[in-house]
Amino acid sequence: MTTSASSRSDVLPPPSERYTLLGWFRKNLFGSWLDALLTLIALAFAVAILVPTVRWATTSARWEVIPNNVELFMFGSYPRDQVWRLWLCLWLLALVTGMLWGVYVRRRSFMSLFLIALPVLGMLFTFASGVWVHYAAMIVAGLAGWALARWRPRLMSSVALVGTLLFFPLVILIIRGFSEESFLPGVATNLWGGLMLSLLISVVGIVFSFPFGVLLALGRQSNLPAVRTLSILYIEIIRGVPLITLLFMGQVMLNFFLPSGIVVDRVIRAMVAVVMFAAAYLAENVRGGLQAIPKGQYEAADAVGLSGFHKMTFIILPQALRAVIPVLVGQFIGLFKDTTLVALVGLLDLLGIARGVLANPAWIGTQLEVYLFLAFIYWIFSYAMSYASRRLEVALGVGER
Amino acid sequence: MVRKSFIMLALLLVLALTLAACGQATTPAPAPAPEQPAVSEPAQVAGNTLATIKARGKLICGVNQAVPGFGFLQSDGSFAGFDIDFCKALSAAIFGDPNMVEYRPLTASERFTTLQAGEIDVLIRNTTWTLTRDTELGGNFVHTTFYDGQGIQVPVDSGINSITELGGTAICVQQGTTTELNLADQMAAVGVQYTPVVFETADETVNAYLEGRCDAWTTDMSGIVARQSIFPDPTAHKILPEVLSKEPLGPMVRHGDDQWFDIVQWTVFATFQAEEFGITSQNIDTFMSTENPNIRQMLGLEGEMGVKLGLSNDWAYNIVKLVGNYAEIFNRNLGPDTPLGLARGLNASWVDGGLLYAPPIR
Repeated sequence: MTTSASSRSDVLPPPSERYTLLGWFRKNLFGSWLDALLTLIALAFAVAILVPTVRWATTSARWEVIPNNVELFMFGSYPRDQVWRLWLCLWLLALVTGMLWGVYVRRRSFMSLFLIALPVLGMLFTFASGVWVHYAAMIVAGLAGWALARWRPRLMSSVALVGTLLFFPLVILIIRGFSEESFLPGVATNLWGGLMLSLLISVVGIVFSFPFGVLLALGRQSNLPAVRTLSILYIEIIRGVPLITLLFMGQVMLNFFLPSGIVVDRVIRAMVAVVMFAAAYLAENVRGGLQAIPKGQYEAADAVGLSGFHKMTFIILPQALRAVIPVLVGQFIGLFKDTTLVALVGLLDLLGIARGVLANPAWIGTQLEVYLFLAFIYWIFSYAMSYASRRLEVALGVGER
Repeated sequence: MVRKSFIMLALLLVLALTLAACGQATTPAPAPAPEQPAVSEPAQVAGNTLATIKARGKLICGVNQAVPGFGFLQSDGSFAGFDIDFCKALSAAIFGDPNMVEYRPLTASERFTTLQAGEIDVLIRNTTWTLTRDTELGGNFVHTTFYDGQGIQVPVDSGINSITELGGTAICVQQGTTTELNLADQMAAVGVQYTPVVFETADETVNAYLEGRCDAWTTDMSGIVARQSIFPDPTAHKILPEVLSKEPLGPMVRHGDDQWFDIVQWTVFATFQAEEFGITSQNIDTFMSTENPNIRQMLGLEGEMGVKLGLSNDWAYNIVKLVGNYAEIFNRNLGPDTPLGLARGLNASWVDGGLLYAPPIR
């Protein structure tokens, strides 16, 4: 008896951290008189801010400005009878996503439910009639892509890869169209706008700055003096100039340098400025990754007789890029938000559209509503990118090896 | 190995497609041949703006998409506003169609260089006509379309009816603007003592006035009116009759093309003249049988007025029929039926005591 009692006292469980709700309050919020005072002040502060905000949002806010202009916010002045082309791009996106999911993930998880839920949510929250059909088509396309990938995994993995690579140029072609008489009549870029334009500029910036940035980073590490000097010059000059300056140069000064008669599209000018800017910063981030690779890796690659190209593509870059994923995603999120600057050179991105809507006499005084809506949209996309990057880090084991 | 070459092929395709997309974007769309036989030079020749516009098939109009009443976006994605309507009037005069316009939203800082560089044909973007801008910036102002000016607003129940009664008051004004200087100059001129209360932004200025920290506030008339329309009780405030500064806003064209200058100038005059004659977009067809030789010349029933401008003779008819006379343009965008509720004031026809006076069309 005694032995068992003593042995039980030896293995006493650690003191429980569980309290009743009241106990938790007492411990964490009212532990001392100072804690109690701070808690009360913070509470009063929160109430003082929240109550008028909620009252404003539920009673006096004119939220109808959003549903009334939702098409404007989404795609600006894009011809309304051609909007199906934008939906076509979204169907393709769903198809490619479904295929990639089927090929690389191969299982139904919480995320797949989430991806299905997105269009369903879209159906619930659409303001225009008939739009739910498009969302339903997105679901069908996504499921079809997934089923195809499960049906013929080997064939479809190649198809999915090609589809992913072709997706973006294809989207540009669909949105832009061809000559007037063709099946896809041309839509000039001055009619592109809203979220669509913001996303296009961001995606172009991200996709094109990546290879340029990596090349610049490698160039900066190069042993060839000319390549190294040029890379350093480019990086330091572009990094020494604010993005808005590059945008203004592109929009305002370019035409003085070009021979008369040659007019470069304004949207392309903005895209080039964004790519140039992002590439310089990306190069420095990638260089950080390159320098973090131990010298032994370089030497080992040399020792097994790999050429410089193979050493970079098979040994160094995969490790370096994996190490800088969080930094790169951070940069891409920043880039996405930086695209609002194009509104200041007269392009009608999401912010430019918002300013145009606010000047409509019918919607004067709805700044808070409109800017909150914009903030919400930017938050959704930024958070999605951040979430995707965390998944990618887990999948690639960043920080574990 | 097969897979690798497959991927390489795909990458090549991507590159080709992207280049195709970009290449296409820079190629100008096939333009219809110029309709005017008199023009023999190629379309790009500087100084022949009209031929360029006709060859291009559209007018490029530099505008502002974010000024209440003057330029804004409608829910269907189209531009609207007072300045926009003058772009439409030009398009109607040239093409007989008010919608052959590409609007180019511009910021204040890039508007003049964009005009100089030839990216736009005409700048109609609430731009004040000053000597410096008319000379050094490579452009010419045509006749003013809107006479703005700095005004002062007071609560109705203050009993103040003139700036001479503002003695001893506090006036809210935005810091570092010409507004602040104009106020000081004008008050000194009439010898009235006041206390300026300066703020960093327009929003703060208005809020301080609404909270009663000042007895009055000042900015441009059109700005006051736009703000007033969203006051909790707009009828409790009024604008004093005095105008503190001159802000003539009007279209601007590039130096060096007198024909184009004339076209823009007379398009503006046509809207004035139509109002003076009482011709509106609704009743214009009843004037087609008029005996009045002045109206007959304007509407292209007599003489060759349009041809002298390089246009067709029904240019003024198209302007009024498709866009409207000055009163219609004003009332549609800024007038009493809009939330802005602006009075005509200086912008009335000279027969009604305003400043709009068009030279005769003959």
